[in-house]
Amino acid sequence: MNRMKRGLVLSIICLAATAILFAVVAWSPAQAQQKNIILSTTTSTQDSGLLDVLIPIFEKKTGYFVKTIAVGSGQAMAMGRKGEADVLLVHSPAAEKKFVAEGYGVNRRIIMHNDFVVVGPAEDPAKIKGTQAAAEAFRKIASAGSLFLSRSDKSGTHSKEMRIWKAAGINPEGQKWYQQTGLGMGRTLNVASEKKGYTLSDRGTYLALKKNLGLVILTEGDAILLNVYHVIEVNPAKWPKVNAAGARAFADFMVSKEVQGIIKTFGVEKFGSPLFFPDAGKKE
Amino acid sequence: MDLILDGILKAFYLLITLDPEVLGITRLSLQVSGTATLISLFIGISIGTMVALTEFAGRRLVVSLINTGMGLPPVVVGLFVTIFLWRNGPLGFLEILYTPTAMIIAQAVIASPIVMGITLAAIQALPKNLRLQILSLGATRAQMVWILVKEAKLPLLAGVMAGFGGVISEVGASIMVGGNIKGYSRVLTTATVMETSRGNFDIAIALSIILLLLAYFINLVLTHIQQRERPR
Repeated sequence: MNRMKRGLVLSIICLAATAILFAVVAWSPAQAQQKNIILSTTTSTQDSGLLDVLIPIFEKKTGYFVKTIAVGSGQAMAMGRKGEADVLLVHSPAAEKKFVAEGYGVNRRIIMHNDFVVVGPAEDPAKIKGTQAAAEAFRKIASAGSLFLSRSDKSGTHSKEMRIWKAAGINPEGQKWYQQTGLGMGRTLNVASEKKGYTLSDRGTYLALKKNLGLVILTEGDAILLNVYHVIEVNPAKWPKVNAAGARAFADFMVSKEVQGIIKTFGVEKFGSPLFFPDAGKKE
Repeated sequence: MDLILDGILKAFYLLITLDPEVLGITRLSLQVSGTATLISLFIGISIGTMVALTEFAGRRLVVSLINTGMGLPPVVVGLFVTIFLWRNGPLGFLEILYTPTAMIIAQAVIASPIVMGITLAAIQALPKNLRLQILSLGATRAQMVWILVKEAKLPLLAGVMAGFGGVISEVGASIMVGGNIKGYSRVLTTATVMETSRGNFDIAIALSIILLLLAYFINLVLTHIQQRERPR
């Protein structure tokens, strides 16, 4: 019995020491918490490098510390729904409107746009090159049975893709030529390139990765391919722990003249053309 | 082939020029995984020794659970730690999600069963008479445990290496609970994932090589300590 007791005491001491260790490590970041903003965003703003330019300027200006969590727009809004993010930068308009209508988000403001493009191998087995309408291009891919890679991650790009399939009157789900990666845009482009498949991409990510991809733009310019980014503040009335002031400061920063100017020229030097077009203040 | 060569050259370029971002990422990898390994040693060795030396009901079950825990998938740990640390989760008041601290916790959870399992096996592998001998020489139980742990030093150092190797290389939990935040919670593995998805394969390869070098040097030091004594 005595042995058991001693073992027990020993293990309690160990656990206590561990707990103290945790507490000490946890102490420093916990103090500065009010200064933290959790920005939940789509992958394209990070993968294109835009946020790497904007965030440091914002932090320097305001003293806030931005924790950028780059996920798909769907997951970003799921985090907002749970009050686990303060501000969202997303590009999935239909889902965004629902998000705001249900009271999870406030003050949805337009930031910028670019467009989606249908990319594929240069050989173009489904012969979609030159097809103006995205839905028509999708129909050709389906009837040729050419490989199409879908992100299938509820991202803004994925929901746009689903809308185009719907416009084409095709349900690709379960078809042999339709593969779902479940990955972000950058990695899905790499998969499409390796497997010589078609995919839908935002222009920004495609241009940023182009040098390593064996993919060319085949369909572009259709109205359905417009890709609009909005900033949404998570509703503090729903989730009191949300850093509302920080979220507002970040959203205001995104629509400011300075940032809109940076967006306008971002990527021109590196990729030869801008990746995004500033839109703040415009109507949709 | 060119790409791999480019990556290797880039790795040395980044190392030689002491690129501040890469150095910061490397330092954080070491800090997070090092601290997590230390914590796991504490938990793993104490509980592992205890389970090895005591008889109790359900012992086999506990041992099988520990052994299963040695293969705990990092993403599963990441998911549960994230849910617990959410602002509105049970430990939300700590406000440590998306911090290096959260990464340390997740990695400690991953490494502890590894150290525990190896400790358990190492202590049990010691000759049974050794315990009786030590006790009969008048040692207290605490002294006996200490001598046994010292006796099992070689396999325990293997446990340290396995635990450290497990966490320095894991990416699933780190990206979920750390968030891969630039200059704050970005470590070598999460940076590699990000650079790959950005299509910067040369930088991704460079980061991988730095990770491998780091793991190699740590293990070199540990192996040196382990093999200091001449083989019997």
